[in-house]
Amino acid sequence: MITIRNYYFPKGIEDAYNKLTERKSNALIGGGAYLKLGSKAIGTAVDLSSLPLEYIDEKETGYEIGAMTTFSKVMLHEGLNRDFDSLFQRAIENIVGMQLKNMVTVGATVYSRYGFSDFLTALLVTNTKVKLFKEGWVPLEEFLENGPEQRDLVEKIRIEKTRGSYSFQDLRKSSSDYSIINLALSKEEHRYRLAVGARPRRAKLAVKTADFLKDRTPSEETMEKAGELLAGELVFGTNARGTKEYRKAMAKALLKKAFLEVSAHED
Amino acid sequence: MKYVNDSIKKIDSDALLRGKGVYTDDLSPKDALWIKVVRSPHAFAKILTVDDRLTMRVPGVEMVLTYKDIKRIPFTRAGQNYPEFSPYDKFILDEYVRHVGDDVAIVVAENEKSAEMGAKRLKVDYEVLEPLLDFTIAEGHSTLVHPEEDNFIPVDSAGYQREKNLAGEIGFDIGDIDEALEQSDVVIRTTYESQAQAQSMMETQRAFSYEDVYGRLVVVSATQVPFHLRRTLARALDLPMSKIRVIKPRIGGGFGSKQSVHAEVYPALVTKLTGKPSKIVYTRKEVFKGTTSRHKMRFEVTLGATKDGDLLGIKMNGLSDTGAYGEHANTTMGTTGKKVMPIYNKVKASSFHGKAVYTNNLPGGAFRGYGVTQGTFALESAMNELAEKLKMDPVKLRERNMIKKGETTPLYNLIREGLPPEPVYMNSCELEACVKRGKERFQWDERNRRIEREKDFLKKKGKARGTGMAIAQQGSGLPKVDMAGATIKLNDDGFFTLLVGATDLGTGCDTILSQIAADALEVSMDKINIHAADTDLSPFDSGAYASSTTYTSGNAVIEACRKMRVLITEYAAKVLEEDEEDVSFQQGKILTSAGKELSLEEFSKVITYSLVYEQLTATGSFVPKIPVPPYMAGFAEVEVDLDTGKVELLDFVGAVDCGTAINPALARVQAEGGIVQGIGLALFEDVNVSSKGKLKNNSFMQYKIPARNDLHRIQIELIEGHDDTGPFGAKAIGEIVVNTPSPAIIEAICQAAGVRIRSLPATPEKVWKAMNNRHYVPEK
Amino acid sequence: MKINININGREKEIEIAPDDYLSEVLRKEGYLGVKKGCDTESCGVCTIHLNDVAVLSCGTLAAKAHGKSVTTIEGVDKKAERIRHEMAKRGVDQCGFCGPGTIMSILYLERVTTNPTDSEIKRYLKGNLCRCSGYVGQLEAVKSYLEGGHNEVCE
Repeated sequence: MITIRNYYFPKGIEDAYNKLTERKSNALIGGGAYLKLGSKAIGTAVDLSSLPLEYIDEKETGYEIGAMTTFSKVMLHEGLNRDFDSLFQRAIENIVGMQLKNMVTVGATVYSRYGFSDFLTALLVTNTKVKLFKEGWVPLEEFLENGPEQRDLVEKIRIEKTRGSYSFQDLRKSSSDYSIINLALSKEEHRYRLAVGARPRRAKLAVKTADFLKDRTPSEETMEKAGELLAGELVFGTNARGTKEYRKAMAKALLKKAFLEVSAHED
Repeated sequence: MKYVNDSIKKIDSDALLRGKGVYTDDLSPKDALWIKVVRSPHAFAKILTVDDRLTMRVPGVEMVLTYKDIKRIPFTRAGQNYPEFSPYDKFILDEYVRHVGDDVAIVVAENEKSAEMGAKRLKVDYEVLEPLLDFTIAEGHSTLVHPEEDNFIPVDSAGYQREKNLAGEIGFDIGDIDEALEQSDVVIRTTYESQAQAQSMMETQRAFSYEDVYGRLVVVSATQVPFHLRRTLARALDLPMSKIRVIKPRIGGGFGSKQSVHAEVYPALVTKLTGKPSKIVYTRKEVFKGTTSRHKMRFEVTLGATKDGDLLGIKMNGLSDTGAYGEHANTTMGTTGKKVMPIYNKVKASSFHGKAVYTNNLPGGAFRGYGVTQGTFALESAMNELAEKLKMDPVKLRERNMIKKGETTPLYNLIREGLPPEPVYMNSCELEACVKRGKERFQWDERNRRIEREKDFLKKKGKARGTGMAIAQQGSGLPKVDMAGATIKLNDDGFFTLLVGATDLGTGCDTILSQIAADALEVSMDKINIHAADTDLSPFDSGAYASSTTYTSGNAVIEACRKMRVLITEYAAKVLEEDEEDVSFQQGKILTSAGKELSLEEFSKVITYSLVYEQLTATGSFVPKIPVPPYMAGFAEVEVDLDTGKVELLDFVGAVDCGTAINPALARVQAEGGIVQGIGLALFEDVNVSSKGKLKNNSFMQYKIPARNDLHRIQIELIEGHDDTGPFGAKAIGEIVVNTPSPAIIEAICQAAGVRIRSLPATPEKVWKAMNNRHYVPEK
Repeated sequence: MKINININGREKEIEIAPDDYLSEVLRKEGYLGVKKGCDTESCGVCTIHLNDVAVLSCGTLAAKAHGKSVTTIEGVDKKAERIRHEMAKRGVDQCGFCGPGTIMSILYLERVTTNPTDSEIKRYLKGNLCRCSGYVGQLEAVKSYLEGGHNEVCE
């Protein structure tokens, strides 16, 4: 149950930031989805939807996506799908319902660093930076790991364009459920990035395993060894959706599928 | 027949799809007091103190009620015929809370926010007791879920033993099972378990009440059982039944969840105490932890057969977890044998024994299939195991042993009280056609050959496919138990009002009963106005359960119409001054042998305003005399991902014998909807409880029901059948449709991946662990 | 606080609390076709269009709708006639509780896609749960509707 005492429409990003940090009980409203699932007493709700933060700018070297851009816009963006092998579409399409996709925003998702997020896992295997209003540009990997230095707000993210191949894999008990585990793999130039999320903890890069994959082909031996490395490199846990043991084994299985897919994209 | 067997659009369709305010909450008075129920966080506890000081300080809160404020009267929440086979073990509020979510206190306020805030601020002190959560050790356990001695059961034979935590016990034996097993060449001994499943209808429980102009208590509720509700409220509130009226508006689904008394008690009580209108709307969370779900059950099944595949004996031992309250416990346990075993009528012996035990888990209740689903899962899975052991095609094994048209089994005479001693013949049984047509539509032989051919190719991709099938029966109403009434009244412009007690919960029975009436009277459907489920106006009807609205209520409608036709003829003779033999009522017109004609409109005006001055009304009642089961065969093809254990259902064919389909489109949707619920039961739905008895998935975010992408292809074959005892030959379809998916899918998984999943649901992790020989430990 | 919203073509000024959700406000204003089915933005029965985009009104703060247009099932009465017909003739209206929300999603799907595949249709409607119909007939209804309604009910 949430209560809100005041509702504020900021006139600019700085205004929004100042209002947010005025009081501890103040909070940002992005898309607003899932807000009421928490238990909060909000003093002033600062609504970002009036700010010009909804855009996907395709520049020569990368994409800049405003914080208030909804998932449906990202999912359906031609350029993003073309340049990233529909990586984001694959990650986002699992979110149940067009309605939620029209409500959930990139900024809120990144800031929340939710463990169950499929989108964050996919984003993590691209070269992405997050622009926070106060802190400035932070690599996504760092932001997911540490969170913001202080209360802040996401202005936009920037995804570098590189020639690469991408794959997103997920496993769930039923089509509308959250992931038991998710995994994304990218090969940009010769470098692999491998991320696993819903471990149940949030998406994290498996650097050692990614390095191991370099210059290798998806043979049975490679997959076996890579899977073992991955199971050892990241922390997996048990919750209602799955046990630790199963998640470890599935990380292996999804890695195999992702590796095959990335290799196929290359050809 | 003009309307029967026609896919007519539902008569309430426009109102529903246009979003008209026709559901319970839409009709609630704007000034109604809001009620919120404070629920227990503990699985078993004694309430020590309730401090409402902070609650009463919330602006708008009017009062707080605890067990101390209410007269202590035990009742059962079960919507069942009286006397109920369910123990009277519930009090409106009690000193003990017996499951997480059990009601503790009632907070009443001017508006929803105040009620919510007031409920949050209520301080309750509990003595937390050690809960009993394992149903396998519940019987005779030192922890008594119901230590109070003033509860009882109105029916002695139900096997109720409170001091042993036994809510019900049933057994029946025919023939000598030990001998039959001894004579068998092959014996299968196996155990199957199915989980608690939440009905998950889209509209939660809600009700409101008010005092009418005569000072009577009117309760408006989304209930499946208005008459049982009236009787139960009268008892619980210590009011004469004559002072209560129950009205049912449109319902947003029920599937059995609304076949118990839940939300209604609170507004009824509050209005009784305050004289003011009051309402409650259950949150989804409240539905999950405060109502009921399908009983979790475990079965030990023993089958004995000759090496040629003749089934000689079936033994089923069942254990059901009825949770904290015993409504529907005995009856759901009983049906797992009574409406499952008769399908194999050629055996020498059948033995059934079932026990339903109390635990501090969430209560079990009615859910489409009502025990038959769980029993069918166990027996049909065991039969598939038998087929494998015999190296016999599972379809052939069924065809050899299942009941066929015109056959009987002495089981029917044994298990149903009040039946005639003569054998009960399944004269309308089209199970053979179900199996044959289902097999053809599914292309059983060709598909299995194809799967065999593609096996290696699929394996390289990490996948495997397999098929499975199962058969099932259910019932059409409850013989000699539940009755229905219908009254038909002729209005003074030649149209009829059809009053029925039957409850349309979205299934379309208002439409179906109108179709039946129209054809029974031979008038056009626009001459029938149906009015249903208002205990002041409607004739008695047990309600929407046991697959009874078409068969039982439909027959009552036919009887009423038959009587009306006689009345019309009788009074037409008076009006026309003819002998009755020379007058007939056909195609909506009154005709004489001399060639005179009188329209129904003219006739009704004449008898109302002059000449005769009579109101013509006719009432028909009907109770089923014998079991008239619908039958079904289900066929499934799955693909298993060998790396992850994930199961995709590629194709499901359901062939249903429901007798005449009064409305084929509605019958087909029943089949599709039921099959999809069966898929949820088989593959992922699971009421997941922690080691402290707390429900882990108490929202649609966590408890997932099938969504559109969870199925690929579902095909329905409606077998044309006809039962002479049914209205225009109809039987039933409401429940049977949920019974075949689980055993068929489990078998298909076995054929694909070589693993037999013995407890539902077959989640990816379970399948994977079975494939990798890892013992599955459910997450606590 | 006061908000100005255009509901089904009518400009309205409504007094709300900052933490009111749009679904409750709409119901209070008499738009009873907007329903409540869950607590967690998971079922879709509350679906409406906000500035022509399908969203869950139960997950949208009413204040967010300030200065915007809202379309509920009541506002598409004429527009939805054909899809109602397709659903009704297949009996997939059933209990009707998911009906209005599903229709809002279907109309949205129609506007933003061209010749959607079965898979796309399912994806657009995934957020509208139905417990009664089993989804099969609803898919047929949508396909028939998008094709101009020339298809017979499948046997």
